[in-house]
Amino acid sequence: MSTAIAELQESPAESRVNYLNATYGIKSWLLTLDHKRIGLLYLGSITLMFFVGGMAAVLMRLHLTEPQGALFEPETYNKLFSTHGIIMVFFFLVPSIPATLGNFLIPLMIGARDVAFPRLNLMSWYIFITGAALALYATLSGGVDTGWTFYPPYSAAFSHTNVVAVALGVFVAGFSSILTGLNFIVTIHKMRAPGMTWFRLPLFIWALYATSLIFVLGTPVIAITLFLLGMERILHVGIFDPAVGGDPLLFQHLFWFYSHPAVYIMILPGMGVVSELITAFSRKKIFGYAFVAFSSLSIAIISFIVWGHHMFVTGQSIYAGLVFSVLSFLVAIPSAVKVFNWTATLYKGSISYEAPMLYALGFIGLFTIGGLTGLFLAALATDVHLNGTYFIVAHFHYVMVGGAVMAYMGGLHFWWPKITGRLYPDMWARIAAAIIFIGFNLTFFPQFVLGYLGMPRRYAIYPSEFQVLNVMSSAGASILGIGYVIPLIYLIWSMRYGKPAPPNPWGAKGLEWTIPSPPPTENFETIPVVTEDAYNYASGAH
Amino acid sequence: MMAFLQPGFELLATMGGNPFQPPSASTISSSVDQLYYLLSGITIFFTVLIFSIIFYFMIKYRRKTPNESGTETHTPMSLELTWTIIPSLICVVLFVWSSALYVRNGRPPASSTEIFVIGKQWMWHLQHPEGPREINELHVPVGVPVKLTMTSQDVIHDFYIPAFRVKKDVLPGRYSSIWFQPTETGTFHLFCAQYCGTNHSEMVGWVYVMSPTDYAAWLAGGEKTESMAQQGERLFSQFGCGSCHSGDAAGRGPSLAGIYGKPEKTQNGETKVVDEALIRQAILNPNSVHMPGYQEIMPTYAGQIDEEQILQLVAYVKSLGAEERINGK
Repeated sequence: MSTAIAELQESPAESRVNYLNATYGIKSWLLTLDHKRIGLLYLGSITLMFFVGGMAAVLMRLHLTEPQGALFEPETYNKLFSTHGIIMVFFFLVPSIPATLGNFLIPLMIGARDVAFPRLNLMSWYIFITGAALALYATLSGGVDTGWTFYPPYSAAFSHTNVVAVALGVFVAGFSSILTGLNFIVTIHKMRAPGMTWFRLPLFIWALYATSLIFVLGTPVIAITLFLLGMERILHVGIFDPAVGGDPLLFQHLFWFYSHPAVYIMILPGMGVVSELITAFSRKKIFGYAFVAFSSLSIAIISFIVWGHHMFVTGQSIYAGLVFSVLSFLVAIPSAVKVFNWTATLYKGSISYEAPMLYALGFIGLFTIGGLTGLFLAALATDVHLNGTYFIVAHFHYVMVGGAVMAYMGGLHFWWPKITGRLYPDMWARIAAAIIFIGFNLTFFPQFVLGYLGMPRRYAIYPSEFQVLNVMSSAGASILGIGYVIPLIYLIWSMRYGKPAPPNPWGAKGLEWTIPSPPPTENFETIPVVTEDAYNYASGAH
Repeated sequence: MMAFLQPGFELLATMGGNPFQPPSASTISSSVDQLYYLLSGITIFFTVLIFSIIFYFMIKYRRKTPNESGTETHTPMSLELTWTIIPSLICVVLFVWSSALYVRNGRPPASSTEIFVIGKQWMWHLQHPEGPREINELHVPVGVPVKLTMTSQDVIHDFYIPAFRVKKDVLPGRYSSIWFQPTETGTFHLFCAQYCGTNHSEMVGWVYVMSPTDYAAWLAGGEKTESMAQQGERLFSQFGCGSCHSGDAAGRGPSLAGIYGKPEKTQNGETKVVDEALIRQAILNPNSVHMPGYQEIMPTYAGQIDEEQILQLVAYVKSLGAEERINGK
């Protein structure tokens, strides 16, 4: 279908100078100040991290096919789930959409030539890969076994693994998030093209604006917390370890004060991507623009005051529990508003089903399940039973993988022609999207049941009555793994052999589709003047 | 919404086990399950609703010609308000329901039997007030409320009995508690549900719910042991506590008779109820809870006394009636 559209549009000039062929050589990439090239540097680095984290997950699921554990000693298994969590959360999900698609698209979408601080942007990438290299090195040279949550006193005084090195890696990478957030906020405030008012901004920009606020406000807290943990481990200062007068729950409060908002760092950009995809593939203005935009901001704000729902069974007071419970229910409302508005956007649309749209629709379905199962955990009485079991694992994977990763894949496929100037084979992309959807559900749905039956998470061995569901989950994981390898192959293939992409292969609205694919280094020959709202499909001409 | 299906599930359970429901064996488990089924019903309803609408629109509004656009629709405020208010109301109902259940389930009845739990890498140590100790096993009578007072000797653990729907973190340096009243005899899983290191998944055991007569027989059987209070009394004299806490007005430390459960003033003017945590603190860090009118001369016993012994001393202090004199003097 995309080829049909491609033929209708002007064919791109192969010889045209663009950001990819303007300069050559490794130095031209490593010293680039172009936000588009920096976006690609992030794309390469986080793809590597994704497959490292994914490999750990595959090994875990293979191990769990047998109740006594098929492959590893418990110690190794513990290192695998810790590696999986740390790599996926801090080095893939957090930077995924903001640092790759955000970097590439924010200036293009608001009509700017670059981000506000291009040098800072490059520095952010170097900080990120320094942190990532540190974490990878620490993982490969012995590993860490604390889980991604680093709870003391285990992490402070009992674990014999590379806790300090990994925490340092996360600490360093945090500065990359803070600086990227700062850069985006200033860019969105100061660099918008004439006529690009706040309420003409694409919703992707609103979502990244909300995300950037969390980056700037939340990340310093995790940085301080991990710094204190390092101090505790090296100098035994007595902040978190009760044996030397500390309070282990203080760590949990500080940790979740960042790490709950971090969940929204992962999902909000995904919601932004889905808003773009739904409108583009139904060729219709988003339903309830202001409601979708403000629900992003309200989710970002509420996310800072719900951290206590991670601690309902730690013995915090009943009253604290009640307050955190009601606030957690509150997050459900803007999330529900978004889902209803996306669904209503389809109404009377002109809907087509290329691969990015399949991911977007998959996102809505899986995020709905992920969000609704969150109610079980906001409710105190059921949380007591489900906390710390596979139900939690299933719930947050529906939000983070079913939600954030689906949106990331959808966004990557949607903007791939713009990024690379090439089209990928759409049929393969649709097959892969279907495989991922099926594999995902087969992996994680059985885990809801396992959790309700009482199987605790982070168990290297388990009672044999849980085996059937575990084997189902592992079978799903192998399907999911195949689903992720297929796009890796055809996307890399398309960079060389794909058909050249026209400027606007989808007939979508938005400033990024008005310029050639791939864009020239300066993005816009002349800075555009914006005269219409976002998603103005009624004006015709695709 | 799904609560009406529960009898069906229970019937299945009697017919050889429902593979989708854990055993339900305490006074609170069925009420937690009802909320769970309500939540499942809401989840299924909205998931099916959203999926159906999406599929319907996907087919009805599929693109017919390549250059077609969608038809612009306006956004009616009434619709936005409807889908904001209905989820809000559902959330209010769920919050009130679950919180009421949580508050009600949180309070142990005054008549509860108390059992003490110490978590350590990677096993559960339990002791009954009558004296018997258990490792990774908990024997309790059916139909009697049981309160567990728990602490950890090293890292954070979590005491979890799925069949009773109870769970609570077990922390070093403080006491936490849960209670339950078993409704069925049988054998049920006991799990550690907070990751605690290498052999976390082996920190598991069994809860044996017995008829009262079987339980009495179990308590009486095995080696004859002293009660926890008697063990505490022996420690009391072994550590020389009685030389100051002699129970006389002339003693260098305050009398401990009848002190448990009473509010007492500390030197910095706070009033604290004497409970397990305060006695523990007084033993390990005496000057932080110093009572007015006495000299700050009590040494710390940190490092000389373990968590199990502290619990035995607590049991001893608890057992002291107001009229009783320390060490039988």
